[in-house]
Amino acid sequence: MRLGLVLGEVGSGLRRNASMVVSVVLVTFISLTFVGTAALLQLQINQMKGYWYDKAQVAVYLCTDTDTTGNCTGAKATTEQRDAVEQQLQSPVLAPYVDREYFETQDEAYDRFQQQFADSPATEFVQPAYLNETFWVNLVDPTQAAVLQESLSSLAGVQSVVDQRGYLDPIFNVLNAASYTAIGIAVLMLIAAVLLIATTIRLSAFSRRRELGIMRLVGASNSFIQTPFILEGVVAALVGSVLAGGAILAVVHFFVRGYLTVNFQGTPFIGMGEAAIVVPLVVLVGIVLAALSANVAIRRYLKV
Amino acid sequence: MIRFDEVTKVYAGNPRPALNALTLEILKGEFVFLVGASGSGKSSFLRLVLKEEKPSKGQIHVLGQRLGQLSSRKVPYFRRNLGVVFQDFRLLPQKNVFDNVAFSLQVIGKSKGFIQEAVPDVLKMVGLVGKANRLPHELSGGEQQRVAIARAIVNKPAILLADEPTGNLDPSTSAGIMTLLERINASGTTVIMATHDAGIVDQMQRRVIELSAGNVLRDERRAGYQTQAVPIQAIGVEDLSTRGADA
Repeated sequence: MRLGLVLGEVGSGLRRNASMVVSVVLVTFISLTFVGTAALLQLQINQMKGYWYDKAQVAVYLCTDTDTTGNCTGAKATTEQRDAVEQQLQSPVLAPYVDREYFETQDEAYDRFQQQFADSPATEFVQPAYLNETFWVNLVDPTQAAVLQESLSSLAGVQSVVDQRGYLDPIFNVLNAASYTAIGIAVLMLIAAVLLIATTIRLSAFSRRRELGIMRLVGASNSFIQTPFILEGVVAALVGSVLAGGAILAVVHFFVRGYLTVNFQGTPFIGMGEAAIVVPLVVLVGIVLAALSANVAIRRYLKV
Repeated sequence: MIRFDEVTKVYAGNPRPALNALTLEILKGEFVFLVGASGSGKSSFLRLVLKEEKPSKGQIHVLGQRLGQLSSRKVPYFRRNLGVVFQDFRLLPQKNVFDNVAFSLQVIGKSKGFIQEAVPDVLKMVGLVGKANRLPHELSGGEQQRVAIARAIVNKPAILLADEPTGNLDPSTSAGIMTLLERINASGTTVIMATHDAGIVDQMQRRVIELSAGNVLRDERRAGYQTQAVPIQAIGVEDLSTRGADA
């Protein structure tokens, strides 16, 4: 096959259909930017999950004098009950799951409460006796909290066993919803892009139908006839996906690293490393989709 | 070279077959005129030889290949052995004479060197020396058809199919084209020409296959446009009635 001839055909096809090619570029650009954003959002969610779940603890609240919930009977947990919980935590059954644990007395809890809610009127009437004594447990694997809940919540003197991860889930649900929305928009836009590429290729083939007819008549092979059209779609989509890659890098560089990371210290954000994974994927998706849709679009002109 | 065995071709939406259990054989080096009214099956015959259509029934052998068993991937390579010429020339208007002929070699992957040699040779053979740089619209109809013939034979095909090649040309220009086709035939290429031009057929005195409603009405060697055999009245009447139906 003669490369120069094929590339010449690609060039003339792209020039002849300039306006369609520009629209293909724009639609692939936008749709793949959404795809990339959705992917980055998922990576961000994973990163935050890893970070926050590591910090999340399991709290084993013991009974106070006023408690009647859980296993409590309105009496403060006794020292024996407290020791029983601690023994259970250090028993061979639970010890492998526990990374570290510490005990918080009512006074310590009170100090923490005063700090956390310094501006709240609640600080004025809360007494240390209202607050639970608590075992704070860090797990080796934060997803194994159910094991602790199962074996500790039935012990006498235990009010409840709470997995703090539960507090994080609403945040992640919101982020997940945002990322699914982005994926949904991306899919719609990708469908539009695929159809637009197919239309562009058909138009290009139609404007060259004389040449195509003669090629088929004199016995040009199907791959020779097909290749310029497929390359045409791929080139247009490649330009669009490279633009999308640039947009993704710009978002990560200027927005995530330049704004979010600076203004929300203490929260882990994705960096250029993640962008470097997403950008090649986005370009690959663009090229493969363009090649497939152009291939389907041109097939009708190759029927013998 | 070409053999049709009981070939029937029915197009969708038309209960009357375009070709009706057609059986005929064309040998290597023959010059065959295909005559008959419009709709008698001439074009269907040519399209079947090219494998642009599949027969509804029957076997077609061309150049030792059974066309029914030819995979669609191999059809392009099969077609390289056939040259085709049409009534409307089908040249590329934005390419000059040389490039029009060269195009058919480029797209089947011939080298530049081969093209530089073969194209001037074939242009000389068809009588277009010195016109290689003209665009098609700068040429007369006869010259355009010569370009089309040059394109069809530049790859030295074994068979040349011509679908009313003189249909758009005046009689003296047509005679020039026929001389050219005769010369191509003399060099060993089988020529099959569908035509309505009675003068040409009568003058050439070659094999004539007359089709009517998809059947072979006659197949005579060294014949003219009108049959010299005594026509059977009944066939003549039926023939007229089908012509009426076509129109």
